[in-house]
Amino acid sequence: MSTGALPTAGPMMPEPLRVRSLRRETADTFTVSLDVSERPGGFPFQPGQFNMLYAFGVGEVPISISGDPARPGELLHTVRTVGAVTEALRRVGRGGRMGVRGPYGRPWPLEEARGLDVVVVAGGLGLAPLRSAILHLLRHRTEYGRVSLLVGARSPEGLLYRRELARWQEDARLKVLVTVDQAGPEWKGHVGVVPALLRDVELEPSRTVALMCGPEVMMRFTVRELERQGVPDSRIHLSLERNMKCAVGFCGHCQLVPFFVCKDGPVLPYDRLRPFINPREV
Amino acid sequence: MASSLPPIEEHPFLRGLSPEQVKAIACDVREVSFPAGALLLREGDEARTLFLLRSGRVSLELNVPGQGPRQLETLKAGDILGLSWLFPPYRWHLDARAVEPVESFALDASCLRGPSPEHPVLEPALAMRLLRQLYERLERVRMQRMDLYKVGP
Repeated sequence: MSTGALPTAGPMMPEPLRVRSLRRETADTFTVSLDVSERPGGFPFQPGQFNMLYAFGVGEVPISISGDPARPGELLHTVRTVGAVTEALRRVGRGGRMGVRGPYGRPWPLEEARGLDVVVVAGGLGLAPLRSAILHLLRHRTEYGRVSLLVGARSPEGLLYRRELARWQEDARLKVLVTVDQAGPEWKGHVGVVPALLRDVELEPSRTVALMCGPEVMMRFTVRELERQGVPDSRIHLSLERNMKCAVGFCGHCQLVPFFVCKDGPVLPYDRLRPFINPREV
Repeated sequence: MASSLPPIEEHPFLRGLSPEQVKAIACDVREVSFPAGALLLREGDEARTLFLLRSGRVSLELNVPGQGPRQLETLKAGDILGLSWLFPPYRWHLDARAVEPVESFALDASCLRGPSPEHPVLEPALAMRLLRQLYERLERVRMQRMDLYKVGP
């Protein structure tokens, strides 16, 4: 499987793209749409890949592409404002420009999952890199078995893509389960942790592929539950977040023992990750 | 009207036990139902029932003065509800509210723990299953306490 288009002006040269729109998702998260209309063919990418976004004069951060891979004319990123660079990206505003390098990284194994059941597990901002995979699964729905989406967040207010999530919950082609860690009386949904939702998914372990992104502790507990139910480690795929700088496997900032997460990941199967993801020395 | 839901021996909490073990544990059972919004347990009330949920969802709640009820966890069909009958002072520590219509088996605590509350004698199979439930609940609470989705250190 190809890993998508290579950047045209050298791997370290950001391409300035204009902000088409900026939508607030939660109190600290926004989705930015970048104008790629001047690029021939738009901005092709594969679900799970990321770009380096550059706030000019401030710095660069890796951000997953959260748009629809079948619509390369629309380049979307969902960003959480956690520091100087992401705050500067938020302030660029409509009509301003930010630099883009990419797409980079190993995508979700959607070819491998063809014909199998797919369980998608997202925690918090982890839904952003999975959104493109979900849109792909929906677009090619007949090529997959049962598709389940489990989503967790700190509170109802922390859920990403709330309107879209509500639409997916109404969509008979998907089983969607949403949970939050804490809620007031107005919340009529589930309260609890994400791994507990797996009990409500009918799993046929030998024909199940799991795609997972979220806080690593959440993923660790979810992997444990999937293993308990018999899903092989090689079919459990995690998207990792590390300190990516060059994004092309030169600098080593994102190194996880044998892997450069930017190049060998961010999506990796758990059978390869298992020896390296949990030890506290790594 | 007879329920179309599975009988008590097929409830996940008891599944796999012999008929004798089920009989020993579920020696005094009622089938109960609650409309949406009803309280199954009220904090401070006497705790004398173990609920085996058969359908619907229940929210475990803690009332915070000045803030109203906070939802702590959702329980659903297949789960058990109510363990405060195990230890003195045998009072519920939380509220439990039906989020949607609930059907449940209600097992009488005096039968579960034997004739003397001060010296309960639990059926070993029941004790192990309660322990497992408590352990799994502890794991979930630990995860929730970590506030995994919080940004920053």
